[in-house]
Amino acid sequence: MKTASVKPMQEILRDGLWKDNPIFRQILGICSTLAVTNLVLNTFVMCTALTLVTALSCWTVSLLRNWTPRNIRMMVQTLIIAFYVIIVDVVLKAYWPDMNRSLGPYVGLIITNCIVMGRCEAFAGSNPPMSAFWDGFFNGLGYSAVLLVIAVIREGLGMGTFCGWPLPYFSTHWDKWIIMVMPPGGFFVLACVIWVCRSIRPREVKK
Amino acid sequence: MNGLGAEIWQAVVVCFAAVFTNNILLTTFLGMCPFTSVSREVRTAAGLGGAVVFVMTFTCLLNWMAYHWILVPLGLEFFRFILFIIIIAAFVQVVEMILDRFSPRLYQNLGIFLPLITVNCAILGASLFMVIREYSLIVTIGYGFGSGLGWLLAILAMAGIRQRFSESRVPAGLQGPGITLIIAGLMALAFIGFTGVLS
Repeated sequence: MKTASVKPMQEILRDGLWKDNPIFRQILGICSTLAVTNLVLNTFVMCTALTLVTALSCWTVSLLRNWTPRNIRMMVQTLIIAFYVIIVDVVLKAYWPDMNRSLGPYVGLIITNCIVMGRCEAFAGSNPPMSAFWDGFFNGLGYSAVLLVIAVIREGLGMGTFCGWPLPYFSTHWDKWIIMVMPPGGFFVLACVIWVCRSIRPREVKK
Repeated sequence: MNGLGAEIWQAVVVCFAAVFTNNILLTTFLGMCPFTSVSREVRTAAGLGGAVVFVMTFTCLLNWMAYHWILVPLGLEFFRFILFIIIIAAFVQVVEMILDRFSPRLYQNLGIFLPLITVNCAILGASLFMVIREYSLIVTIGYGFGSGLGWLLAILAMAGIRQRFSESRVPAGLQGPGITLIIAGLMALAFIGFTGVLS
């Protein structure tokens, strides 16, 4: 039993983090999170929330998969996701109101994030709960990794800081590149990250 | 009367801002998924954009009423995510049925786009922004319409540019989404130029 579950686990990990990474493989779900990547801390909180919601809702969807009628499954999945998002929102509001205010509506927008829905539909609907949980978890992690890279670049170039701490060179000698923390910077940095990742990848894909 | 006039003026200002300076796609990145995937052709982009304008205006209005007349009196504000999603899904379903019954032609043109809209983050995003910014009913109508129009404008421009682009040689790694994002970034830069036009 144990050996049987080890190998898929590695595959789930590799697919989620690199091979099928939701962002540069499928360009999914950038909507609700790209907007907060101008600050590393906000991105970190947002990504944690997203990873938790994805993992838990995949687990729940998978748990209920045998009792969910096929034709209303989208609605059921949406409700499950919304349920976890509400929990995250309420907890954040209670223990970290400042963060909740600066994230604004983006926590709620996790509901329509295509990654959560996509993983529930593509994987969790036909797999046992535990592997669905890890699939959601690693997809969320792969997604978070890319967004954190973007956030570090944007905050570093735009404000010369990392999580609010001044960086050695950037805070003193670097002229603040304000465009980077403004919306266009988000588009440019994401495009460059996709460019780099796709340039490394094609050889693997073709074989 | 004066209060109403001021409110209508505010709605116009908010509507203008939502189209240009606070474009929902170019400044808040909402609705990116259909933006990158459905922007290959001007005609389909216009179809989807039109459907977004229509649905966004009405769902903002419906959600405003549901939030302020049902959830706030009951003290169930945290329940808004679920309620908004259900209202949006139900609205799209009803529109689909009405179109199918009374205007089969329009239904054929718009039909494939309507289900896509239910999961468009921009629609839910507009409703959530409208709650957070505490707009009044009239301002909400202006906001919903303006946001939809802004989205339509952005996707139309993008589709037009991409059609011209189809002949150009783009580096392999940038093809598809990469170049779309760079164009979107340039468009966002251009839209920043509208800041302060009307305030």
